[in-house]
Amino acid sequence: MLTFTIRRLLFAIPTLLFISLVIFLILELAPGDPLADMPMTIPPDVKEKIRLSLGLGRPAYIRYGLWLYNLFVTEPSYWIDSAFHTHLADGAQRIISFQTRAPVFDTIAERIPQTLLVVGMGYLVGTLISLPIGIISAYKQYSWFDQFGTFVSMVGFSVPTFVTGVMLIVIFSVMIPSTSFFWLPSIYDTTLRVTDWNSFVLQFRQMIMPVFVLALYQAAQVSRYMRASMLDNLSMDYVRTARAKGLSERVLLLKHVLRNSLIPVITVIALGVPSIFTGAIITENVFKVNGLGQQLLLSIQGNDAPMVLTISFIFAILIVLFNLIADVLYGILDPRIRYD
Amino acid sequence: MTDRTIDLKAAKPRNQWWDVWDQFRTHKGALMGMFVLGFILFCTLVGPHLWDIDPKLIDIRARAKGPSMAHPLGTDQLGRDMLARLFSGGRITIAVGMTAMVLSLVLGTFIGVVAGYFRRLDGILMRLTDLFLALPLLPLLLLMVMLFRESLVLSLGPENGVFILIVFAIGITSWMHTARIVRGDVLALKEREFVLASRSIGTPARRMILRHILPNVMSPIMVSATLGVANAVITESALSFLGLGFPPDFPTWGRLLSDGMVYINQNPERVIWPAIALSALVLSINYIGDGLRDALDPRIRGR
Repeated sequence: MLTFTIRRLLFAIPTLLFISLVIFLILELAPGDPLADMPMTIPPDVKEKIRLSLGLGRPAYIRYGLWLYNLFVTEPSYWIDSAFHTHLADGAQRIISFQTRAPVFDTIAERIPQTLLVVGMGYLVGTLISLPIGIISAYKQYSWFDQFGTFVSMVGFSVPTFVTGVMLIVIFSVMIPSTSFFWLPSIYDTTLRVTDWNSFVLQFRQMIMPVFVLALYQAAQVSRYMRASMLDNLSMDYVRTARAKGLSERVLLLKHVLRNSLIPVITVIALGVPSIFTGAIITENVFKVNGLGQQLLLSIQGNDAPMVLTISFIFAILIVLFNLIADVLYGILDPRIRYD
Repeated sequence: MTDRTIDLKAAKPRNQWWDVWDQFRTHKGALMGMFVLGFILFCTLVGPHLWDIDPKLIDIRARAKGPSMAHPLGTDQLGRDMLARLFSGGRITIAVGMTAMVLSLVLGTFIGVVAGYFRRLDGILMRLTDLFLALPLLPLLLLMVMLFRESLVLSLGPENGVFILIVFAIGITSWMHTARIVRGDVLALKEREFVLASRSIGTPARRMILRHILPNVMSPIMVSATLGVANAVITESALSFLGLGFPPDFPTWGRLLSDGMVYINQNPERVIWPAIALSALVLSINYIGDGLRDALDPRIRGR
């Protein structure tokens, strides 16, 4: 197991380098210009100086190498400095955004809490709902509950989040008058601080729709896997044996079948964690949550190469990491799986 | 391949596709899906001829109107007829979905068959597949469309340029699952006796793949084709919704949805119709895919 993990970790390094190179080259080959938004009145020689100050005067491979160096050496030393009050970084150049001229990681740190709160909550709620639905659907196969559950999960799985989000906005923000109790805000207010009960209620109300949209999508996917996995296990011989020796259905279901069926489902849940961040791009735009996904979209539109490169690279790290975690978890949970 | 057996009427052998159809018919959701998909295809293909208002015709006097006899679904902020826009948008949406699916299927099948059949290429091709699976796809798609849109639009025109770019972008980022499934099936098929027999009479690799391997991996390819269309339609709509898809003159359903968002307080029906159309399309395709998977699986078909 350990050698497998180490081998996979070593393989992750070229994978991540390749991904960052792909994104860098796409940005490099693209005809876009980071100075396109600057006023036309700036004289050409000043513009050239601005280009040089952005670091665009150097050849591409040096810029790529510098970005890698900054990401893996300079930035971590800044984090260590701020945590332990050391002086490792010594004022070295950080990764600077073209648009804001501020360190990229400062912006990311501002954006991450909203993403984690809203999108992470959606993921959590969806997963927690989906498990009992999958279990009951499989145990009472072809009952009305199962029929209804599979239909809803098919809908949740097929209808993209921007459609469900927009439909919810139409119903709860447009059709219901804003004086009504059931009216919900369609725009997420990030400046809201939870200090007392009233502001907590406001925060709760503005989170209902985005969390519901994400939870529906997540629950639809996980409950399908849960149901299929439960059905596979319910037809196994050990279930008949357990029934024959007189175990109650409750113990049989929750102790024996559930434990075995959760193994593949847990890996699916782990594999989906990176989608909290990538899938957030759409949901954050529907509900105007100023999270990481929205920042990525803004930076892509503004040709902000360092920001786009860094955020996409963080997404790639998450994908590779959780793929690895899923594989390792599968090996730990299921003794029949041996990687070595 | 079955023409000959149909001519021999004595034994009345059944074409295997009839078995598939019989199994497919028992899946109610899939039948419903066929019906809905047929209706959508009818609307988008024949609809513009029956309802022949030009979707680009600007009638500024009749702007932002609700439903009426002249405009059953109302008009947008420039007075363009929403029904006509919905029909023509569906055409582009479905065309993008189909073309991107074909591209991703051809790529995936090619890589899957080559990786499964030629052992020397297996390792490198599967590593490549793993690399592509680890890419953050949506950011990459957004990036490709955003950065290359203008130059393609300038050289190929607004509709063709964006069409080619989006189809290409979706195609090369969605072939990985097909490749993995096809490779697995090819690896299993390669060990079968008929392949050995065929190799023993000296069949070259090219003919072996085209005559013996490919027809036998058709069923997983067909299932991934349906799912591929649904996936491509969703991706295209997502790009259009984020404002990075087709220009407003060539509205896809995602674009109509995103345009309607601005006027959601005045004309909520402007987002409802594209949303319903898009959901119905993807849902029906997914149900057909479900039914097809059951119907093409001989283990289920026997029951």
